[in-house]
Amino acid sequence: MRIELEKRAKISTLFSILSPFIAFLLMIIFGGIMFALLGKNPVTALYSFFVEPLSEVWSLHELAIKAAPLILIAVGLSVCFRSNNWNIGAEGQFIMGAIAGSILPVVFYDWQSPLVLPLMMLMGMLGGALFAAIPAFLKAHMNTNEILTSLMLVYVAQLFLDWLVRGPWRNPGGMNFPETRTFAADAILPEMIASGRTHWGFAFAIIAAILVWFMMRYTLKGFEISVLGQSERAGRFAGFSSRRMIWFSMLLSGALAGLAGISEVSGAIQQLRPVISPGYGFTAIIVAFLGRLNPLGIIAAGLVLALTYLGGEAAQLSLGVSDKVTRVFQGLLLFFVLSCDTLIHYRIRLVWYRFTASDLDGSR
Amino acid sequence: MKKLLLALASTAAVIGFASAAAAQEKAKVCFVYVGSKTDGGWTQAHDIGRLELEKALGDKIETQFLESVPEGPDAERAIERLARSGCGLIYTTSFGFMDATIKIAQKFPDVKFEHATGYKTAPNVATYNSRFYEGRYIQGVIAAKMSEKGVAGYIASFPIPEVVMGINSFVIGARSVNPDFKIKVVWANTWFDPGKEADAAKALVDQGVDILTQHTDTTAPMQVAAERGIKAFGQASDMIAAGPKTQLTAIVDTWGAYYIKRTQAFLDGKWETTSSWDGLKDGILTMAPYTNMPDDVKKLAEETEAKIKSGELKPFTGPLKKQDGSEWLAAGASSDDGTLLGMNFYVEGVDDQLPK
Amino acid sequence: MGIVEAILLSVITAATPLVIAALGELVTERSGVLNLGVEGMMVMGAVSAFAATQITGSPYLGILAGIACGAVFSQLFAFLTLTLVANQVATGLALTLLGLGASGMLGESFLGIQGIKLQPIAIPVLADIPVIGPLLFRQDIIFYLSIALVAGVHWFLFKSRAGLKLRAVGDSHASAHALGVNVIRTRYLAVMFGGACAGLAGAQLSLVYTPQWVENMSAGRGWIALALVVFSSWRPWRLIAGGYLFGAVSISQLHAQAFGLGIPSQLLSSLPYLATIIVLILISHNRRTTLINTPASLGKPFVPDR
Repeated sequence: MRIELEKRAKISTLFSILSPFIAFLLMIIFGGIMFALLGKNPVTALYSFFVEPLSEVWSLHELAIKAAPLILIAVGLSVCFRSNNWNIGAEGQFIMGAIAGSILPVVFYDWQSPLVLPLMMLMGMLGGALFAAIPAFLKAHMNTNEILTSLMLVYVAQLFLDWLVRGPWRNPGGMNFPETRTFAADAILPEMIASGRTHWGFAFAIIAAILVWFMMRYTLKGFEISVLGQSERAGRFAGFSSRRMIWFSMLLSGALAGLAGISEVSGAIQQLRPVISPGYGFTAIIVAFLGRLNPLGIIAAGLVLALTYLGGEAAQLSLGVSDKVTRVFQGLLLFFVLSCDTLIHYRIRLVWYRFTASDLDGSR
Repeated sequence: MKKLLLALASTAAVIGFASAAAAQEKAKVCFVYVGSKTDGGWTQAHDIGRLELEKALGDKIETQFLESVPEGPDAERAIERLARSGCGLIYTTSFGFMDATIKIAQKFPDVKFEHATGYKTAPNVATYNSRFYEGRYIQGVIAAKMSEKGVAGYIASFPIPEVVMGINSFVIGARSVNPDFKIKVVWANTWFDPGKEADAAKALVDQGVDILTQHTDTTAPMQVAAERGIKAFGQASDMIAAGPKTQLTAIVDTWGAYYIKRTQAFLDGKWETTSSWDGLKDGILTMAPYTNMPDDVKKLAEETEAKIKSGELKPFTGPLKKQDGSEWLAAGASSDDGTLLGMNFYVEGVDDQLPK
Repeated sequence: MGIVEAILLSVITAATPLVIAALGELVTERSGVLNLGVEGMMVMGAVSAFAATQITGSPYLGILAGIACGAVFSQLFAFLTLTLVANQVATGLALTLLGLGASGMLGESFLGIQGIKLQPIAIPVLADIPVIGPLLFRQDIIFYLSIALVAGVHWFLFKSRAGLKLRAVGDSHASAHALGVNVIRTRYLAVMFGGACAGLAGAQLSLVYTPQWVENMSAGRGWIALALVVFSSWRPWRLIAGGYLFGAVSISQLHAQAFGLGIPSQLLSSLPYLATIIVLILISHNRRTTLINTPASLGKPFVPDR
């Protein structure tokens, strides 16, 4: 048996809506089998993964908190990836944004004013953008591949943060433990609604997604991004500069990652510590592609991925499965979603090898 | 599809029923782990403690845990999830869970919390820690006796007071035997990366140390020591399998004793907030058998251990000087716990500089 | 043994898995496929090599198991990205997620067990040469393989007909297809080679570097390997330079610490990354040579017309 793809004449609207559901159905069947093989009740498992986290208000808030940085980073990355700039160092830009934004609440702890918070957000974006400017400059002017530079700079950012919170920025009243002071009230991103912990970082994510969606769809800039992404040469003929695009996309995604970093620190953690991200910058790459590089799709993808993290915890409690099992489950889910997206662009045919025409005429 | 829905509905009912029934019978005691429960180091030691707790009080309690919980907002969510699922007593087993524990404890005043290695308490939050440095002192004594060159290598993780305290205690112990003893420190900047730990161990051995001790979690340094034919100390668990002819002893984290004591108090309704810092005498840490050393060294080690247990010997007792030569403790004076818990300076004999 | 030799020995052990994993990825990328799942394939190789060694008692069978496991695991990625044309970047990342989880599950019964170390093989005569003898000719088979593989891949890519086809597929799959090259099959094989190499690199971790199994023991080395492919500008011999540069700086910074220089350890720890960036800047200023060696179809899906 063989699988053959045939390109559709135009993108299937039906399947672009249906494919996530098909993937979900496949996952229910496949995941059910997996849990049954592990000797766990598949229905309980699937319930914990997909329903339980959505069944309570507090848990919905947690979902938003977990999804916010993923969405915010992924929206920026989508612009990079669409224009063929392979920024895989968003994790580092997230960290540097958090550091730059924290200068005010840590170094100028005593300065309290309603201005603090907006300035922090701005500085966070600036910090992320400046850190992304390094691979951008190296790519645009020194011809250095951004995959390597952006990735390597992640480790540098992590170590820099580590040094800061253990050395100069350590909380003077914190028994010499590696963390900064807890931010003052003026420097804390407030909660959006009274029913839970969701802070304004989630709103930033949604707003950013909508703005970038609008830009991609209705502005010349969006057109420029797509053209340069598809063919640098075609872009040049249209008068677009790929060098300027490197700067634009890297700075934009760096700024959004930086905003995600300072929002996370100010809204959820409220201090700097040696580790402030469980790999959001890398997970966001998956989110970006899961959302098909479409900012609105990315909102959905970010929420789905966040759901699997919450669901994984619920399953740990209800079934006593290890976190490794939830990792595998997550990986498989991604596989299904990614492969079902094929249906949007292609018709899939199963071909029984013996009966193909080409087999008869011997051309292959 | 219909069948599936039916099954879903019936199971949902069963889950609801089962959890309601369980809640009436046994108290739920829960744990939050920062690593995987099979990490062979820090988290595994806590999980062994949890299993001992189940064994001791299994008829009155049931335990649950969440593993590999990242510090930060994820920790807050994990702790809240446990509090909401009916846990009466929650142990949060990493320093980085401190603020998350305090925040959730405010939301759930009826739930009791125990946070490991932190310093913030509340009416329903206690802290607990282990005087690991007592074991390090004994290691130092042994190292000074066993080392021919008078230099030991120390593979450290991160410069937190806990680790600095361990380094100092080791040096003080060693200098009680050999006043010229020195150590070299390498910061691996990780708790858990066998390759990097092995590289650090090799670097130290290549620079001429003939005893290794580690404050990281895998057995990789022990393996390097075994290969190079020098002696070493284990960390967190008994690492004798990795170096049958190499390990002198190991500091074994034995949290079970503490978990049983505190959970019993909780069941009796006598739980109160404390800042507990138990040591060798309480059984919260245990020395692995003294092996691969002559009898007189073994005897000295055992005597030292006995003296620490009886309280006759306190590792941080003067006369002691800081690394820069300035006076720290006068003869006979002992350090207070506060200084130790926030320790950020070296004593004399450490060949390294702390980040300021 | 002098200190320099001792340092070099540690560097070789640290660099070998990076070079091997990167070499596999280099071939994969030369065929136009970007597989970000190196970390996942590597850790799968590590666990299966360790398990097979424990079960059979032979580290050589362990090596074979590591290679086989990496190769098979990579086919999951190949099926998704080549047959179903799923997005390569996301699928590779998902493969890493799956590999980290699955290796943890498979390895649970092997935790805490003392490993069997792969013993070095001394090459007669050569091993007795002072200094370079002990360094280069008293090594384990995986080290010898790493050098042989680099030479072999260089020959394959630039001197053999099949290698020419593979590069053609990576540079322009449409023209290669028009010339009658089976693009999909070539890419399947290239991905499989990448998986096999990652598996071999994993075996080196659990049999040579640190003979034990612990979860996540690759600890990010798959990512470094990916970066090294870029560093090499897709040329095999440069991988050795990159891998050994990275290894050398990593090991030297530990020695600098043990020496007690008083430089913040975080700064020292970040040196390998900074050094790699700086050297890459120095060697990639010539835009034309970089472009020539970059597979033009990298990451782009291919579906044959029918």
